Amino acid sequence: MTVTDHNAPAANADPHLTDESAQEMAPRALTGGVEVLREVGSVLRLSEADAQALTTGPDDAETTIINMGPQHPSTHGVLRLMLELDGETVLRTKPVIGYLHTGMEKTGEQLTYLQGGTNVTRMDYASPIFNELVFCLAAEQLLGVELPPRAVWIRTLMCELNRLTSHFLFLATNGMDLGSSSMMIYGWREREEGLRILESITGLRMNHNFIRVGGTAADLPDGWQEKLTAYLDSIPARLEDYEALMSYQPIWRERLQGVGVITTEEALALGATGPILRSTGYAWDLRRSMPYLAYDQLDFDVVVGTYGDSYDRYAIRLNEVRESARILRQCIEQMPEGDYRLQDKKVTPPPRGRIDESMEALIHHFKIFTEGFKVPEGEVYVAVESPRGELGCYLVSDGSATPYRMHIRGPSFVNLQVLPHLMQGGLIADAVAIISSVDPIMGEVDR
Amino acid sequence: MTAFGQRVAFVDRDRLVETVRTLRHEGWIQCLDVTGVDYLTSPRRSLPAGVAPERFEVVVTLINHTLGERLRLRVQVPEGDPEVPSLFNEHPGSEAMEREVFDMFGISFSGHPDLTRILMPEDWKGHPLRKDYAVGRIPVQFKDAPGPR
Repeated sequence: MTVTDHNAPAANADPHLTDESAQEMAPRALTGGVEVLREVGSVLRLSEADAQALTTGPDDAETTIINMGPQHPSTHGVLRLMLELDGETVLRTKPVIGYLHTGMEKTGEQLTYLQGGTNVTRMDYASPIFNELVFCLAAEQLLGVELPPRAVWIRTLMCELNRLTSHFLFLATNGMDLGSSSMMIYGWREREEGLRILESITGLRMNHNFIRVGGTAADLPDGWQEKLTAYLDSIPARLEDYEALMSYQPIWRERLQGVGVITTEEALALGATGPILRSTGYAWDLRRSMPYLAYDQLDFDVVVGTYGDSYDRYAIRLNEVRESARILRQCIEQMPEGDYRLQDKKVTPPPRGRIDESMEALIHHFKIFTEGFKVPEGEVYVAVESPRGELGCYLVSDGSATPYRMHIRGPSFVNLQVLPHLMQGGLIADAVAIISSVDPIMGEVDR
Repeated sequence: MTAFGQRVAFVDRDRLVETVRTLRHEGWIQCLDVTGVDYLTSPRRSLPAGVAPERFEVVVTLINHTLGERLRLRVQVPEGDPEVPSLFNEHPGSEAMEREVFDMFGISFSGHPDLTRILMPEDWKGHPLRKDYAVGRIPVQFKDAPGPR
């Protein structure tokens, strides 16, 4: 462990203030060698000479350590970065997180499997459906139940619709961070239209709690095909606008190309997944490589980049919008008829109509909503491809109605570790572009 | 051993780093997740013969992209000496996750470059995800109940 008392609080410090001092970035003189290497973004094994050159930067007196965030509009929430600067050049970076920590994994241990969805959906608030999905898949694997095909397809459809809104959010904030306020308005507009469809299906714009253990909360409403088709029809022309506004525009390219470069080996070593890994030219997408839901029956392409820079990460997300739209059209065509949830009295509540007629249905309904259903003992790790990468859920059950341990592997949390590497040697103006291209959602980082 | 169709292996903590290194050369190239479980209130769990249950368990999830499979390593960690060797040298990406386990369970990782709390403030007392750490509550003030003053 390194020296951490460089600015230890005074004995009479205000007890209401919390202290992060040891988590902060210290001057080089007080920081251990490996920690400095980490802060300058070194990932792979280096020769001694290279390591020496990296750790012995300029004198502490010549550099400045500044805080960027937690209250900074371009940090997408409450991400705090400590940067060591030499003039405008970033030498070291250290993310300090935890400002949005709300103990959701602890809360998850108190909630039944039915209530758990309301909890996990708030983690990655830009793609709530994926959180619900991964939690329910884990619980269903423990229960050993098989879903009716319509439930699987509704889930696939919801996921891709959510991926659209999430990527539009990225395009909007990425545009805003780089000074294109038109893009921000456009991105939010498209996202809002997508959210409207989500709302018409689930009843809520965000934090839907729509995917439940055993299926979904409700069937798709009448006329969903028309609404969704109209939305999908509007997308290609708008993507053309984006391309004209950003992709083909020299200023945009200058700002992003070659900024924040990462190689495949480094991304793998740092545990990065999703667009960051794919931007290096490594085609790893769980939907394709380890299919879940109905993805093995769908036709879509995995978009990869070449250079691993911020532009590739932007372009990947833009083109994933196209792929998601393609998947959604196939979902509309191939949506099977049938039940939207499992008819297992121990897991899903009985249909509303049955409750008035059947005493047993009433009892089952009452029991599911008061004490929940019991899940067999065991532990399981399930992962899905969220818009940010591998979203995993590690669930341990002791046979009761609440999870014994519920852990979410948030892709943003792990992906944040690439920041020091991407930032090193860049300008502070590029820092904003880089944070944006990693697309962290702080709700998921801090959970 | 498999559980629910997933590969699980039980590793002694002294052999963890060595195992992960061997596995990395065999194609388990990415460390996806490091997390912990506190089995304080549920000591009975099905473990294979030869693995003595301890209070804590550190769970490491690795992935092999060629096989398209994940592997879960479960490491038993005794309550009296909660220390596990860090995987930082094998998978630098485990850094933040190990800090989270340290923060939430108080399990320390030897060889970790910067083992500090990550989610909680540095001066926080206790480790929240331990089972003997009570859930925080704020007393509800009902209208007619006598007030605190």
